[in-house]
This record gives sequence, structure tokens and C-alpha cells, in this order.
Amino acid sequence: MTAALTVRGATKRFGPVLALDEVDLEVQHGEVLAVLGDNGAGKSTLIKCISGVHRLDAGEIEIDGLPVHITSPAAARAHGIETVYQDLALFDNLEPAANFYAGREDAGPRWLPRPLRVLRRRSMADATVELLERLQVSLPDHAATVGLMSGGQRQVIAVARAAVFASKVVILDEPTAALGVRESRRVLDLILRLRAEGHAVIVISHAMDHVTEVADRAVVMRRGRKVGEEIPSPDSQERIVALIVGTSG
Amino acid sequence: MRNVASAGGEAVPETAEVTPVAADEAAATGPAGAEHDGLVRHYLLLRVVLGVIRLGPVLILAGLIIGMALASPVFLTTGNIGNVLSQTAVIAVLAVGQLLVVLTRGIDLSVGSTLALASVVGAIAFEHGQQGPGVIVVMLATGAAVGFVNGAVYVWGRLPHPFIITLASLSIARGLALRLSGGQPKRGMPTAVRSIGKDSIGWLPHSAFLVAAIAVLGAVVLSRLVWGRWIYATGGNPEAARRTGIPVRPVLVSVYVLCGLLAGVAAIITSGRLNAGSPTAGSLAELDSIAAVIIGGASFLGGRGNVANALVGAVMIGVIRNGMNLLNVDAFLQPIVIGVVIVLAVEADVLRGWLENRFRVLQAALA
Repeated sequence: MTAALTVRGATKRFGPVLALDEVDLEVQHGEVLAVLGDNGAGKSTLIKCISGVHRLDAGEIEIDGLPVHITSPAAARAHGIETVYQDLALFDNLEPAANFYAGREDAGPRWLPRPLRVLRRRSMADATVELLERLQVSLPDHAATVGLMSGGQRQVIAVARAAVFASKVVILDEPTAALGVRESRRVLDLILRLRAEGHAVIVISHAMDHVTEVADRAVVMRRGRKVGEEIPSPDSQERIVALIVGTSG
Repeated sequence: MRNVASAGGEAVPETAEVTPVAADEAAATGPAGAEHDGLVRHYLLLRVVLGVIRLGPVLILAGLIIGMALASPVFLTTGNIGNVLSQTAVIAVLAVGQLLVVLTRGIDLSVGSTLALASVVGAIAFEHGQQGPGVIVVMLATGAAVGFVNGAVYVWGRLPHPFIITLASLSIARGLALRLSGGQPKRGMPTAVRSIGKDSIGWLPHSAFLVAAIAVLGAVVLSRLVWGRWIYATGGNPEAARRTGIPVRPVLVSVYVLCGLLAGVAAIITSGRLNAGSPTAGSLAELDSIAAVIIGGASFLGGRGNVANALVGAVMIGVIRNGMNLLNVDAFLQPIVIGVVIVLAVEADVLRGWLENRFRVLQAALA
């Protein structure tokens, strides 16, 4: 089976600092991959290179086995890679449907220049409700603005938005960092449903128990290098932590 | 109800990050029974209060109109209503433009001066033999040009805030208007312009129809077109807008151009009424337009507000001025009253933000 995303020999320098040193990575369709590591290990740099915020100095990225050049966030999106950053990038003043379609509004007629097209508000709202139902996300009020929703609801909306438009890979940066127990639960459930739908999911997280629960595989980074790979389970947790802090040799 | 109060009290978050934890606690302490019912009641009450605050500007205007009608027999006569409408027209047109700018977290201090410049340039065009349509086009183009300069310098000059460039063009446009006219009003306007500024159908002034048309157009752009959606998105979260591929810079320039264009429309109304190009017209009109937008509940933090409420704000200013004249209240009291209304409007906005925070907590607790 061809991997959804393959990264080979990824190298990135910021001046004298070697942020990524020949990192290899592979995610399959229908797989959740956790990227672990202490602060400064290079996790963020790696996903920023994949999502087009930074450009690799050396190395290759392949999607479904085909080499791609990711030069900007828009290019990454065009290749089916969506990223949810910690700040979520939601529009608090708009309702969920408007958030979903921000920047890719469903509107017509096509002969008009894009800004002057009329929004298909009903169809966007219906499609959003349908999608949220499919992902089993319940919102108290679809007409309310996102600013009125709780941290967990907001996270779920951001993840769902990424999932709809990512045909290949969804990258989540610390998706449960700011959430309570119950709300984390909802987000983890959503990640599992994305996997069931065949998405390749990359999760960056510090929360070991969350990783153990949802990830099929965990890659550990330290000082810009990949230092190990484990199948997360209660048994391997100790080994993973040792890899992260660097006491395993 | 005591339980409800305590649950609500615990749950008031300092920041959004605390919310889920508080929500979990609230749910853990009382997912069932009377406490839950209390929470639901509290939630519904908050919903109603929030709804009332959102309707605030309309309710206050309605109260003001009823109060004035009771206090003065003249107030609700058609003659006086026509008066109010024609006096409000200029503020209303400027307020629609200002709203577009404020929605993107901006401000345009230059609209009053732009009005004067467009008025003088229009008069000069008339002197040089332009007729109605020509003069109107010249005035609109002058306004749009000033707006384009504002937007272009702000966006491509990488200024930290539009306050600075529009403050500069407030000064420059006024100076240009004074120089071009020699500091004196230039008498004479074509019939079409005078008709827009002065004439009426029955007691309804032409300018009121113009305002209505602009308001409908503005509302359609903002709520129905992709462009309007982009304006709200840019104001709500500029960084996210950029990341989702919305052309943030062109959107920003476009709102300043439109705001300038509407200052040109206001110039047509003013010049028509004065039958002259006046270099001193529109002094402090920028402040009226900002006041109207804020009284109408738009947020200076961007992304919040609509055309209808901005119009309500403009009419409210008009009604306060007209009413105080009718009641023979000291004219010097008017700016004080309008200032107080601005403070009240902003406080209502602060209260709304606070209530929405509580609303969010309760909603999470009930989910």
C-alpha cells in the first residue's frame, strides 16, 4: 500500500541551528500517527514544513507516492493537506457554516468575479449540518457564532473544518492542550472517526494518555532528529518517555 | 435559585481556556435534578437578555421617538420628519462607509474632509462647464480617489493602523479643498445635484431615498455577497483570513475606497443643499459617522455590526439634535448628550461581551 504522506531526509536550518536533520516519516491512509518530543525537538518545524509555512532545505515530500513541492500553505492545501494550529484560526464573529467555508465560499453565478458572487447560504448551512452529523459532532445552535461556543466545541469545529477539505492528510497541533476531560474526549472521538473515514492523521501532543489512546504509531523526535518509533500502549509508555527525554541511551 | 447562582458564579471564566474546566466541574456537581433545571432557566434567561441587548439600538431609538412624540406635538408631523431625514442623510451615508471600515478593525478619520474636497472639486467642474452627470461623477471619483490613497498607503505602506493615514488625509484633503477654493464657497451647482440635496417628493426628501438605496445595497453586499463575507472574516480574524486564502489586502483597500466613494455621495447631498462647493463643509462629520456606527452596536474590535444598526445610530443622533431643538434645550447641551449616548452604547457592548462569556460557560455545562 502506498503511504498517504511520505517525508524523506527532511532537513531544515535556521541560521546555525539545525532544526530538522534528515527526518523520515510515513503515514498511511486510515492511520493516526503521533509525533512526540520535548519543546524544541523539531515537531513544529516538521509539520510547518509539511503544511507549507516553512520550506525544506533538503529532503522530499511525497503524497500517495508522487513527489510534490510544497511552497506555501495554499500549495499544501491544494495537495489535500490541512493543518489545525493551536490558535484554531476560527472566526469568532461568524457561525459554524461561515467558518467552514471561509475562503472557499459556495457562491454563484460563475460568470461574476468571485467577490461579487451571491453566497449560497442555505446550501452551505445544510452541508455543514450534514457533515457535523456524519462526524457525530453535536452543536447546541448552528446559527450561533463560534465565539459563543466552548473550547471543546471550537476545537471540534476547527478539526472538522480541516477534515472536510483535507482529501489526504490532517495535521493537528496539540488538539487537546487547552481542553478539560470531557471536551478532550469529544476531540479524541472525532480523531478516531477521521481515521475510520480513511484520513491520514498526524497528531502532535504532549498528553501521553491521549496519544496512547488514539495513535497507531508514535514517532519520537529529539534535537531535530527522529530517535525512535513505538506502538503506543500502556506498556510502551515508559520507553516513549525515555526516548523523549533522552535517557534511553 | 441559590444553587444556580453559585454554579454560575464559579463558572465565570477569566479566559476562554478556563471555560472547559469550569464547565466540567459544573456538570459534575449537578448534571441532574433541580440544579440542572436551574441552569437551564438561567441559560434561557441569558439568551433573552442577550437578544434584548442585540436589539438595543433599535429599542433605544424607539423609546427616544416615543418620548419625543409625547414631549413635543411638532415632532411627529410630516414636516418635521422630513426635516430629521434630510438632516440625517449626510451622517447616514457616511456611517455606512464608516461601518465597512470599522468592520475590518479600521477607522476613517478623513470622511469629513473628503466630503469638502469632493464638494469643491465638483463646483470647479461645474465652473468648467460640466453638467449634472459630469459633476456627480467628478465628486464620486474624488471621494473614491482619497479612499484609495488611504487604503493603499495603509496596506502597502505597512502602517500599523489606519488611524495615522486617515488622520493625515483629514488634514491634506481639507487643505486641498481650502486652497482650490481660495477658502470661499464656490457658488452654484447643477440642477441634478441641487435636486438630490434639496428637493423632496411630498414631505420625503430625495436624499432619504438615496440613503435607503445605499443602505439596501450595503446590506446586500455585506450579508449576501462573498465580498461581504470576506469583510467580516478579515475583521473577525485577519490572520485566519490570510491563512484560509481570503485576499485580505485587496479587501482592506476596497473598504477604504467604498468609504471614500460614500463621502463623495455625502458631498453631492451637501453641495446640493448649499448650492455651492464648500471647503468647510463636513467639519467633524467623521466624528458623527463614527459615533453613529458605535451607537449602532458595531465593535471597534472588528467583525461585528450591520448596516441597519448603523442607520439606527445615525437617525438617533439626528433625533436627539432635532428633539433638543424642538424642546428649546440649550444647543451646547447637544454634544454632551451625544457623548453620553456613545458611552452608554459602548458599555452595552462591554456588558454584551461579559454576558456572552457566561452564556458560553452555561452552554458547555448543559451540553
